[in-house]
Amino acid sequence: MELDKIEKLVEKYFTATTTVAEEKMLREYFLREDIPAHLEQYAPMFQYFASAKEERFTKQLALTQESKGIRGNFYKWASIAAVAVFTIGLYFYNPTPKPISLADEYTQEEIASAQEALALLAMNFNKGTEQLYHLEEFEKNTSKFLTKE
Amino acid sequence: MKQAEFLNVVMPFKDKLYRLAKRLLVSSEEAEDATQEILLKLWSKKKAMESYNNVEAFAMTMTKNFCLDRLKSKQASNLKLVHSNYGDEGSSSLQKQVEARDSLSWVERIMDELPEQQKMVLQLRDVEQYEYEEIEELLGMKPTAIRVALSRARKTVREKLIQKHSYGIG
Repeated sequence: MELDKIEKLVEKYFTATTTVAEEKMLREYFLREDIPAHLEQYAPMFQYFASAKEERFTKQLALTQESKGIRGNFYKWASIAAVAVFTIGLYFYNPTPKPISLADEYTQEEIASAQEALALLAMNFNKGTEQLYHLEEFEKNTSKFLTKE
Repeated sequence: MKQAEFLNVVMPFKDKLYRLAKRLLVSSEEAEDATQEILLKLWSKKKAMESYNNVEAFAMTMTKNFCLDRLKSKQASNLKLVHSNYGDEGSSSLQKQVEARDSLSWVERIMDELPEQQKMVLQLRDVEQYEYEEIEELLGMKPTAIRVALSRARKTVREKLIQKHSYGIG
């Protein structure tokens, strides 16, 4: 291959106007041993590209998707069922308030003293209402005079 | 689609997926994981796969997107990609390695420093020898944008390579 042709191709290569075939030619050229000094600087590029293509994916591929798919399905349906059960449960759940008796919350002594206090209050209250009876009597008499006038 | 059939479809380009992933993620372990992930995704879509006219292009685009997402999330969480690719190369065969081999790893390092898009274009074109039309499809780029990126990438590699040669910085 003539040198000036390669030089032209290199020039074209850096402006990204070479075709795949021309690039293949360049790669092959630079993989040779006898490269002129002024072109030697480009050699590592093309050599690297060629060597980079040698890399392989060596990891073992485990395609156990089939069984995993069934299990995935199972989880999907199980979660749907769980949500359904939960919502139905929530719907039918009506909290029955626990009846709280006085005996549960207070001791016998406390209840007794409270009853005593209430009895006292009632007695005094009745006293008050008795006084109101007098007031009623008073009004009756005053209205008698008032109507007379 | 049976497993053997699937493997037959995937075999010819699985290395290409891996190489693209490695170009983007740098670390070989990360690239292996990414490739495996992509192949498993393809396997789970095997029913739809029969309708694709170009499974390879589809898988390559998937790999590209997957790796870019990966890089983005790594960046967001401020994690550096850990890789030990350079280390063993330098120490294990330091004496044996010829200078030529050394400058090849320079090219690799220079490529790692390129912006992602240029990296991908250079990888697809110069390593995998895809046609421009294919690269357009794979990367979803305009033809002119591809040529500009490719030309820039090639020139950057050349310049940095000359720099390293003249200063002898490894």
